[in-house]
Amino acid sequence: MSTLSVDHLLGIKYLTKEDINLIFETADHFKEVINRSIKKVPTLRDITIANIFFENSTRTKLSFELAEKRLSADVINFSASQSSVKKGETLIDTVNNILSMKVDMVVMRHPNPGAGIFLSKHVDASIVNAGDGAHEHPTQALLDSYSIRERLGNVGGKNVVIVGDILHSRVALSNIFALQLQGANVKVCGPKTLLPKYIESLGVGVETNLKSALQWCDVANMLRVQNERLDVSYFPTTREYTQQYGLNKKLLQELDREIVVMHPGPINRGVEITSDVADSGQSIILEQVENGVAIRMAVIYLLASKIK
Amino acid sequence: MSQRILLSAKEIDIILHRLACQLQENHLDFSDTVLIGIQPRGIFLAERLAKMLREDYRIKNVKLGSLDITFYRDDFRRGEKTLQANKTKIDFLVEDKKVVFVDDVLYTGRSIRAALTAIQSFGRPQEIELLTLIDRRFSRHLPIQPNYKGRQVDAINNERVNVMWKENDGEDAVYIVEKV
Repeated sequence: MSTLSVDHLLGIKYLTKEDINLIFETADHFKEVINRSIKKVPTLRDITIANIFFENSTRTKLSFELAEKRLSADVINFSASQSSVKKGETLIDTVNNILSMKVDMVVMRHPNPGAGIFLSKHVDASIVNAGDGAHEHPTQALLDSYSIRERLGNVGGKNVVIVGDILHSRVALSNIFALQLQGANVKVCGPKTLLPKYIESLGVGVETNLKSALQWCDVANMLRVQNERLDVSYFPTTREYTQQYGLNKKLLQELDREIVVMHPGPINRGVEITSDVADSGQSIILEQVENGVAIRMAVIYLLASKIK
Repeated sequence: MSQRILLSAKEIDIILHRLACQLQENHLDFSDTVLIGIQPRGIFLAERLAKMLREDYRIKNVKLGSLDITFYRDDFRRGEKTLQANKTKIDFLVEDKKVVFVDDVLYTGRSIRAALTAIQSFGRPQEIELLTLIDRRFSRHLPIQPNYKGRQVDAINNERVNVMWKENDGEDAVYIVEKV
């Protein structure tokens, strides 16, 4: 098994366990590369990649761009705010216009769930989903699992709780798929209003009490409170959310063992996680960012090797 | 598929001693020299030589690393399979050092071309030499020649040279295999 089973990375749910292992093994090598004094390899010098972002993003975009450049690909960036999308151009037209400039791969973030899947059926390029609405964010889930594997040695058999706004979170959904595929046990924890109704049907446990969720888990993945998506009130006040679902030092100290703390960023310090936890040795938040580049290099390398 | 033996374990041992002596002739105590095994198959030869230099010839400071060239190859996307990488382990600086690349078979020269690019990521060596157990002459695609060679063979293109190592393949031997 030395090739991905898919031609696009649209979501974790289309991957196999072998795909994830292959991505991780490849990422190990790229992690070694990006820690050299010269952090670049010439592999993708004949590949052109377009990063198309219809939604704001800082770290995902930076991470993808860095990954592409470290592989020596040519990179073009496009964000919807400065484009003809505003003039009424359709998604397929926008992308086909870009592809007619001989682009081989498209990394896309889009506010609509399924945008990447739709695109992959209509255009002739390898598509990497960098987040589609509240659907999936596969590279984030891969780097999260990779970081757990790095810290704990293995993902299989571990108990992972995802805390916060599960309803609007593509990170949560991709993480659930990725963790289950690797044999981890998953629970979600948050206020009832932010848990999707039929989430149990995915085979995850539901917990509304943060303390008992922490007692159970080996890893706590603290999601960001996405104020920009909360158009109606899902909880009374931010202060109340923090009191019930914010992670602080005291909560961690009450546990009988050390758990690993993760956060996909950007952090609202003092809301879902306090500074002393985010900056502690139990937190692997910055490792997640570093691993993000290696994981994205691996994904792009493996997909690019299938372009004929 | 038919195969014939080119080198036996005894012959390989004699050749390794000769190569070890030739290396010492040029590098004396190895204070400025590093051995780099080319992944995936060159590392066995490199480890063997390093062990021999340390134990049989009492040279203390033999530095050994391994270099993976996958991301530097020029045939990315040309074959059916995805090229899979191996581990690179170079935990010393090659800046201003004499580097000796070690590989089992020199064939088209393309792997060594890739290795010459790859090593630049670890600094600027003073010079680079090439040691190879088997030199398949007349099949080069690039102007690359070994400085030290075990045995030269005139294998034709539909033949393969298989180098086996005890630690990996159960025996020390070199076979020429005819592909059907």
